[in-house]
Amino acid sequence: MTEAKEGMDVGYVANLARIELTEEETALFQGQLDQVLHYVEQLDELDVSEVEPTAHAFPVFNVFRKDEVGQSLDHAVIIANAPAATEGEIRVPKIIDQ
Amino acid sequence: MKYEATIGLETHIMQKTQTKMFCACRYEYGAEPNIHVCPVCLGYPGALPVMNEKAIELCCKAGLLLDCKINPYSKWDRKNYFYPDMAKNYQITQADEPLCLGGHLTVEVDGETKTFTLERIHQEENAAKNTHVAGASLVDYNRAGTALMEIVSNPCMHSAADALAYLTALKQIMEYGGISDCNPEKGQIRSDVNVSVRPVGQKELGSKVEIKNMNSFAFIQQAIEYEIDRQTELLENGGSVVQETRGFDSERGETFSQRTKENAHDYRYFPEPDLMPVKISAEQVEQWRSELPELPAQRRVRYVSELGLPEYDAGVLTADKATSDWFELAMQHTQNAKAVSNFIMGEMMRLLSEKEIPISESKVTPEKLAGIIALIDAKTISTGAGKQVFEIVFNDGGDPKAIVEEKGLAQVSDDSALEDWADEAIAANPKPVEEYKAGNAASINFLMGQVMKASRGKANPGAVMQMLKQKLDG
Repeated sequence: MTEAKEGMDVGYVANLARIELTEEETALFQGQLDQVLHYVEQLDELDVSEVEPTAHAFPVFNVFRKDEVGQSLDHAVIIANAPAATEGEIRVPKIIDQ
Repeated sequence: MKYEATIGLETHIMQKTQTKMFCACRYEYGAEPNIHVCPVCLGYPGALPVMNEKAIELCCKAGLLLDCKINPYSKWDRKNYFYPDMAKNYQITQADEPLCLGGHLTVEVDGETKTFTLERIHQEENAAKNTHVAGASLVDYNRAGTALMEIVSNPCMHSAADALAYLTALKQIMEYGGISDCNPEKGQIRSDVNVSVRPVGQKELGSKVEIKNMNSFAFIQQAIEYEIDRQTELLENGGSVVQETRGFDSERGETFSQRTKENAHDYRYFPEPDLMPVKISAEQVEQWRSELPELPAQRRVRYVSELGLPEYDAGVLTADKATSDWFELAMQHTQNAKAVSNFIMGEMMRLLSEKEIPISESKVTPEKLAGIIALIDAKTISTGAGKQVFEIVFNDGGDPKAIVEEKGLAQVSDDSALEDWADEAIAANPKPVEEYKAGNAASINFLMGQVMKASRGKANPGAVMQMLKQKLDG
């Protein structure tokens, strides 16, 4: 997590998130996000060397369900929600160029 | 300079659960597209995942079968990427705290015993199935979110034969353990293969090439062999290996470079906020351990030590679980392990491969085979006739005993019938009779053959021999 110290590359992150930004937007968000990161950096002042890393704040574990079949959605509903469909499959722009 | 290859495998195995990993949609191979889907596996906003208890159990049992340590605490992470095979735009997986740690697998490679170590096994969810057509990609989300575990080996293998032995043993153990059906055609076992080559003696591994998502073991073997040759040649000619992802072209038997853009993944893992961590107690682990079935290696030992079968037979019988289970069932009806083994390795396997059906569809049931063996052991029929009965039952079904009667296959041990044939043989062949009497013991075999011929193979050879000796020696 060295990104914060070095500043964040908004153009790179936007590409990973598939968000198209203009140059002006990139510059604008770069400044704003740098500020946010700088603010969060204050946490670095705390000594957390004795604190165990935690993924969750609540001590709740093992929330399971039984392996029993439940209700799926109606096929027509799914297709209605899809951008396009062909023979029951959801159609999307071509995602591989081979 | 000499070079050596290092190989590591990441094997994805689909567990045998009724439902998906985080939702109650059914897992069914070959269903109509997009019928087993719901807001969770389609990534609709607000939908929350809930862990499938059975999948966790199967993953941990897989770990126990491979001598892994079950992690007392494990958690979930999001692996972020944009691709329509994962509607949420992230895959739920386990990054730093997987369910199973370490582990190993011992196999035989060309007669040499080798132990391959594992790094980990983690639980995750499967992606949807894409089909690429002209100008578009089609997505079927039935498979999206199904329970998938990833078994990661250490880079500890050195040849295609090593990798093949590892995968074969892994598949066998998962099948025996009831963890997965491991059907490669159904995509239930798929591997990413990492291959690197370095000069012998060099400490650091060479640049590794990853060959993605292969299900056929034969292709995996070919891809590894090709890749070792390709990298070795590059190094020998003073070149260097580019770290990259390659695909395997099965028609040409070659690997090829895939777009480097896809390699520059930045998955931005972070803890999955929608799922609480998993804690597994030592008692739970012991409970699961006590439920583990016998593995092929253990069965092989038992077949040799307790049933007295040759090593070779034990190996053939345990090669797949269905055959071994069938053998076990037959042994509930007979004591004659070697006879069962001979029939399975001989008639059964020949007929199954001719008909291209699995042993489960054989009309010769374990009980019927035991019946045939009982008839042979009681000397009611000869071994040859037993094989005939087997084939008749295999093709048309029916009761072995009834078939023996109907076809007149019973051996003749009855003295009066044998006596007639013996007298005829002696009368018609004075020369061998004379030779036998003159001390050439082997000549009796000719007479015996004549009697067997006269009986059309139905005479009991032991009884014939006794009868002939009685007449000639008497």
